Amino acid sequence: MSTLEIRDLHVSVNTESGPKEILKGVDLTIRSGEVHAIMGPNGSGKSTLAYSIAGHPKYAVTSGTVTLDGQDILSLSVDERARAGLFLAMQYPVEVPGVSVANFLRTAKTAVDGEAPKLRTWVKEVNAAMDRVQMDPEFANRSVNEGFSGGEKKRHEIVQLELLNPHFAILDETDSGLDIDALRIVSEGVNRFSAQGDRGVLLITHYTRILRYIKPDFVHVFVAGRVAEQGGQELAERLEAEGYDRYVRAAAGAAAE
Amino acid sequence: MSVDTRTPVANAGLPGDVPNVAEAVETTIASHLHPVASYDLADHPRPKGLEEVWRFTPLKRLRGLLDAEGVTSGELDLDVQAPATVTTSRISTADVRALGGPAPVDRIAALAVANAPYATLVDIPAEAELDGPVVITVNGRGLESPVFGHLVVRVGAFAQATVVLEHLGSTTYASSVSVLVGDGATVTFAGLQLWADDAVHAGQVALKVGRDAHVRSLSATLGGDLVRLVETAEYAGPGGTVEQLGVYFADAGQHLENRLFVDHNAPHTTSNVDYRGALQGQGAHSVWVGDVLIRKIAEGITTYESNRNLVLTDGCRADSVPNLEIETGEIEGAGHASTTGRFDDEQLFYLRSRGIDESEARRLVVHGFFADIIRRIGVPSIEQRLLAAVEAELAVTVGLPSSDDAGDPA
Repeated sequence: MSTLEIRDLHVSVNTESGPKEILKGVDLTIRSGEVHAIMGPNGSGKSTLAYSIAGHPKYAVTSGTVTLDGQDILSLSVDERARAGLFLAMQYPVEVPGVSVANFLRTAKTAVDGEAPKLRTWVKEVNAAMDRVQMDPEFANRSVNEGFSGGEKKRHEIVQLELLNPHFAILDETDSGLDIDALRIVSEGVNRFSAQGDRGVLLITHYTRILRYIKPDFVHVFVAGRVAEQGGQELAERLEAEGYDRYVRAAAGAAAE
Repeated sequence: MSVDTRTPVANAGLPGDVPNVAEAVETTIASHLHPVASYDLADHPRPKGLEEVWRFTPLKRLRGLLDAEGVTSGELDLDVQAPATVTTSRISTADVRALGGPAPVDRIAALAVANAPYATLVDIPAEAELDGPVVITVNGRGLESPVFGHLVVRVGAFAQATVVLEHLGSTTYASSVSVLVGDGATVTFAGLQLWADDAVHAGQVALKVGRDAHVRSLSATLGGDLVRLVETAEYAGPGGTVEQLGVYFADAGQHLENRLFVDHNAPHTTSNVDYRGALQGQGAHSVWVGDVLIRKIAEGITTYESNRNLVLTDGCRADSVPNLEIETGEIEGAGHASTTGRFDDEQLFYLRSRGIDESEARRLVVHGFFADIIRRIGVPSIEQRLLAAVEAELAVTVGLPSSDDAGDPA
């Protein structure tokens, strides 16, 4: 049983006109076994939250805490956070020319586990994980994400999720740009991951579409850098019907006061 | 670090209002970047160092190679291992000239020809399909006296061959290498400069590409104190393709210079140049100059040249100068690119977000940067050797970029 706890998190980015605060006091607690969906309009800071937890250098945490079972995550480097059990499936996975998927996966697995995977079973594991998301095993020989279609990149993220099997997975708009088949395949991967029972998922999305496949225990509406409302599945259904207008107007009104 | 990226030079070369007509007659063009190719030393006066083609080179570190007129060459230790159908012989400069290969384009290449007591001819017969690579090894035997080497590799029409020219050991070496590729032949030529740290090597590698022939070359320079190679390519007829790949890894104090000149002197020819380098350590200096001349007669050609440099530490300097001279408007495509920079932060973040620590992530990125080129040579034994050599270079990384430590917020 693990807990990822975010308390009063404030995050800024540097812009031409100086630092700009994107996250304005985020509170969120995710326990293993739970699936949380964060939904919000464009520019609300959803991705900033994901990248801040993962430790992207672009984002500066100005105050607040993120802890994993009480351990201060923010004092760890990017790779230390991953080794502590965090995983970020990115909206735009990065191409790394000349580094094969096979080499990348083996290196990452070795880093996360602290020892090299058993050669005999590892190749089978990789092939099985790729097969589950309908990726041709030939992808193992290709450069990381190079020349992959949008859907292939997302499926590759799910392969990594399954092989590295972190305690907490943050999925940043993993549903964006996917056709219905790919969306189903990717969602099934996430469901397999959370079905282990002791893994936490933070699913960041703009659309309710993916929530037809992944059933969240908690839905958080994210507006203007903080959580504006929380609820269960019914909140997602309401967003599907009403959209974000109500929250955006409320946030704009609050800012104007 | 400096980046010197010029805009392409489009020189119509047409007097007044003469239209660009199909029957345009080719005349000798004196490209402003390249002196006339000639066997005559008088055509290659000793440079003072300010000349365009010499300005990047620390002439004093050439150990007198420029002043070696009349010097007796030290013994060239050159070994050829080749399948049985390949013959190796010693021929005279007059014989070489009769073969019709390209003449030297600079003083050091001309001195290599003039001072070498003989030329080594490696002859691959027409229509040969070799069952293994031809491996030519030049062993440097020390710094006592400079060595001058003249090598000609002739590949007959429609032959298919892989030729590896590797340089090992310590020496001061001036070389002239010609690869004469017959019509319709397919050739892979790999020149590996794996010298000891104190070697000095300068010279020319000239590719002559037959009609419809396909040449893929790889120049890999990892060792040596100073290595300056001019790689020229020209065509003996239309339809030829040349792919010139290169990798180099400059360590502290090393000067590695690659100067390319692709002369599109025939129509419907193709060239693709892709050189990549990494630099680390105080005083590491790389120079890449990529000149492409598209002559008036060379209609329907395609060319692209690219140079990318990865600067791993402070104190390095990468000069990268692509030039394109276009004398016909009837080309399929022409372009170039040059980039010099530090690590891509997004690549490092992606790898590190999977638990891979910073130094391992950097190692992976550099490895991939080179593997991307090296694997295109398609000869597994060379790929493995070069990747191992790159790994060895990375193992001695003298320090990580001080201004690139933004990876950890907090």
